[in-house]
Amino acid sequence: MLKYIWLVPLLPLIGAAINGLLGRKLRFSEPLIGGIAVGSVALSFLISVAAVYSYGFGGHAEWPRPYLTSQDGFSFDWIPGGAVSVNHGAEAEAAPRFALLNVEWSYQLDPLSSIFMLIVTGVGLCIFVFATGYMHGETGFYRFFAYMGLFMFAMLVLVMGSNFLMMFVGWEGVGLCSYLLIGYYFDRQEAANASRKAFITNRVGDFGFALAIFGVIATFGSAQYVDVFNQAKSYPIELLGHWGVLSWIALGLFIGACGKSAQLPLHVWLPDAMAGPTPVSALIHAATMVTAGLYMVTRTNVIFQHSQTMLLVVALIGAATAIFAATIGITQNDIKKVLAYSTVSQLGFMFMACGVGAFAIGIFHVMTHAFFKALMFLGAGSVIHGMHHEQDMRRMGGLKKYMPYTYWTFMAGWLAICGIIPFSGFWSKDEILWKAASTTHIPLGWLVWLIGTIAATCTAFYMTRLMAMTFWGRERFLDKPAGGEADEAHASAYDKGLAQHDAVYPSAGDRPRHEPGEHVGPVHEDVAHHVATHGHVHEGEGHGHGAHVPHESPPSMWVPLAVLAVLAVIGGLVGIGPAFRSVTGSEHPGGRLHIVSWLDPIIWNPVTREFNAPEGGHEAAPVAETAAPAEGAAHGEAGASVYGNTGFNLAHSVENSTHSELATEWIFIIISLVVAGIGIALGFLFYVWRPLLAGIWAQRLRPLYIASYNKYWVDEFYGWAVTRRTMDAARAVYAFDSKIVDGIVNGLATLSRLFSRIVGGIDKYFVDGLVNTIAAFIMRLMSPLFRAAQTGFTQNYALVMVLGLMVAVVLFFARDIF
Amino acid sequence: MIMFNLISPTLAFLFQDAPRSGFEQIKYSAANPDLAKFLVIGALLFIIGVAGVLTRRNIIVIFMSIELILNAANLNFIAFSRYLSLTGDPDAIAGQIFTVFVIVVAAAEAAIGLGIVIALYRNKETIWIDEIDLLKW
Repeated sequence: MLKYIWLVPLLPLIGAAINGLLGRKLRFSEPLIGGIAVGSVALSFLISVAAVYSYGFGGHAEWPRPYLTSQDGFSFDWIPGGAVSVNHGAEAEAAPRFALLNVEWSYQLDPLSSIFMLIVTGVGLCIFVFATGYMHGETGFYRFFAYMGLFMFAMLVLVMGSNFLMMFVGWEGVGLCSYLLIGYYFDRQEAANASRKAFITNRVGDFGFALAIFGVIATFGSAQYVDVFNQAKSYPIELLGHWGVLSWIALGLFIGACGKSAQLPLHVWLPDAMAGPTPVSALIHAATMVTAGLYMVTRTNVIFQHSQTMLLVVALIGAATAIFAATIGITQNDIKKVLAYSTVSQLGFMFMACGVGAFAIGIFHVMTHAFFKALMFLGAGSVIHGMHHEQDMRRMGGLKKYMPYTYWTFMAGWLAICGIIPFSGFWSKDEILWKAASTTHIPLGWLVWLIGTIAATCTAFYMTRLMAMTFWGRERFLDKPAGGEADEAHASAYDKGLAQHDAVYPSAGDRPRHEPGEHVGPVHEDVAHHVATHGHVHEGEGHGHGAHVPHESPPSMWVPLAVLAVLAVIGGLVGIGPAFRSVTGSEHPGGRLHIVSWLDPIIWNPVTREFNAPEGGHEAAPVAETAAPAEGAAHGEAGASVYGNTGFNLAHSVENSTHSELATEWIFIIISLVVAGIGIALGFLFYVWRPLLAGIWAQRLRPLYIASYNKYWVDEFYGWAVTRRTMDAARAVYAFDSKIVDGIVNGLATLSRLFSRIVGGIDKYFVDGLVNTIAAFIMRLMSPLFRAAQTGFTQNYALVMVLGLMVAVVLFFARDIF
Repeated sequence: MIMFNLISPTLAFLFQDAPRSGFEQIKYSAANPDLAKFLVIGALLFIIGVAGVLTRRNIIVIFMSIELILNAANLNFIAFSRYLSLTGDPDAIAGQIFTVFVIVVAAAEAAIGLGIVIALYRNKETIWIDEIDLLKW
């Protein structure tokens, strides 16, 4: 099955091509379009599963070696680059050499790409199915699925490519599809703006990524992962503050990752990207594309682990992003905005894990996050669908009764993200915090842990708030619009509902919308009664309801939710932490099935200076009792020597007082469970038990509330510092062009005209004058003579003729005569 | 006197080689003219025509003088034609054909010229050529 993995990216592309090129012309029906799209992704998923199975567990398993399709000939020379000079880096500076850069188009199946393949195709399949229900009735149905298929192709190229340039192609491809899909409702100004913002912000990151690729090629003379990493592992480790070539490459890569994964300076595009349809938000802006940065950092972990500086930068940026986005998430009212900031925050957690050297745990969190965040986004989509495109949580509440499937599946996502044992989020998030506390890769691990723990509390709090405002409490959608801030969305819906615009576009997207002339306001008893008794008639139609009473979504939407809910509940079991070794009997239970063991072959070990664990390392689970201390030593004291003294280490300090590693781990687990509990309890207190408290505390912490509500004015700052300054620069350049450049041209023109006037004057008055004077003189002199000849009398002319004849005769005979 | 001085040698030339004297001589010469005599008469006709063209004021008379010039040419053609036929030239007939052409052209010319004269008279109410100096302008 391995040799057919080239079909995995190709099938969605074919599906996208069919839908995109023929869907409009041949007027495909919605089931046909959906069938093509879902079918192609489902096939990809099946192939992926089969390939990963045979790669990892089949009879002739390739694991842990990477499998390249070029081994079976399914590749081609993509860029026959020829010779490149390699003159960077320690070795090459001593002896510059030439390398043959032939970039091939081949796919690589290894532990990392296999996980991403399964996430992308598996979660993608759920979301595709959901989208067939959610996008029902949209005018651009075929377009939507063409873009989605194209996205799947690009994302799979990104994670399956065997070299940096293929990753870059996929990287740009997903950026393009993200742009297209955010701007799917291109008739809406904010969607168009958001798509441009996403694209331009990503350009900043792509710039860094491109520079890093150039650096890789100039340093290693190859873009192929295998070549690059085999060379890179022999480079010396660059300690804190030392900027060697690998640090610069890592910096470029991380700038790229920041752009794609919405880390702190470049996070602004992701919340705005929620202007796209909700399945897009789930697939691209939660589950897959935004984790491309994580994929890249983990893929290049050799390079990152060579630069302690960049590890620290990654960890601190991740921690800062986590707390930053989590605090914003607390005050947002748009259900998708809350989830968007939650995504940014969770991505921060993942980078935190990478920064402290726990790359496998970062990928683990990518996986669990893909499950529960896709679940919650789809749940939010279901809510929005059921609420007739109402996104403001202040207009929701009590939906538990109306949307039971959505509610219970959402509940699974909520528990997972809060980090409640044994839901999936707990395993990954707790492990990240533990690794942060016990890291020997970087200093300041305790700070990262502290920030992460606070962010985890915030996460639990705002997710509980979301649950409470959406599914519990009073059914606020039945209220009449009372005016004021809380009703601005409702009031604007009232305005927009009457606009002609909506009549032209039957479903204008994820925003409050109403039919033209529809009555928007308190639901009358008879309407409510009608919906209550005939609600099932409307189910599945989705749009066109008269009243605001929500309804459960069709099966095409809640079945994917259920699948993802199951994954969100049990998905974490592949990564049970070492703290449970007394229960599970192994540090990494499950052998290769455990995600850390599975990923070990691609994680570089700075102590042994080799890629971890071929067969036998963690396979020898029964002897883990003896292996564990050695492992601990490798990551502990020995690691400290590799990265120097990293200062205060929280986990080690605790361990010194408890004298037990296991007890220390359990202390941290209990701490993370307690903070999750605190967050949930606070959420219940503020939004369920004492709903008035939220307003009171918002008033008491007014400055903080305002700052968070306004997203710390980052957008405004960028608007001032970047957009305005760019426009100023543009104006300055324009002024230069219009004043200086045009001035020179116009000045030259004026000079030319002046000169030509002078020359013209000379010509006219001097040259012409001379000619005229001479001509006139000659004419005056000669004219009487010739005028006299012209008598006008015929006979004069005849006489002249005769005289001439005579002369001619005389001349003719003159020779004879004289 | 001048005219006489010109004409008398001409007449003498015309009748010079008469073998007999008196009237007989004249009769003989008229009956057997030689080429030179025709040429002399043609030249006289030509001169008379030219003089007419140059001196007469009436356009009609000028036309008549032009006819004289043309006929002088015709006479030359005929004379040479006959002379050459006597010498046995097979192409001698060309002179006579040419004469026919000249007569045709002269007829056409007369028709057009008289038309012009009529038009001229209608516009200027004169056919005196010294009153017509339009060519000057």
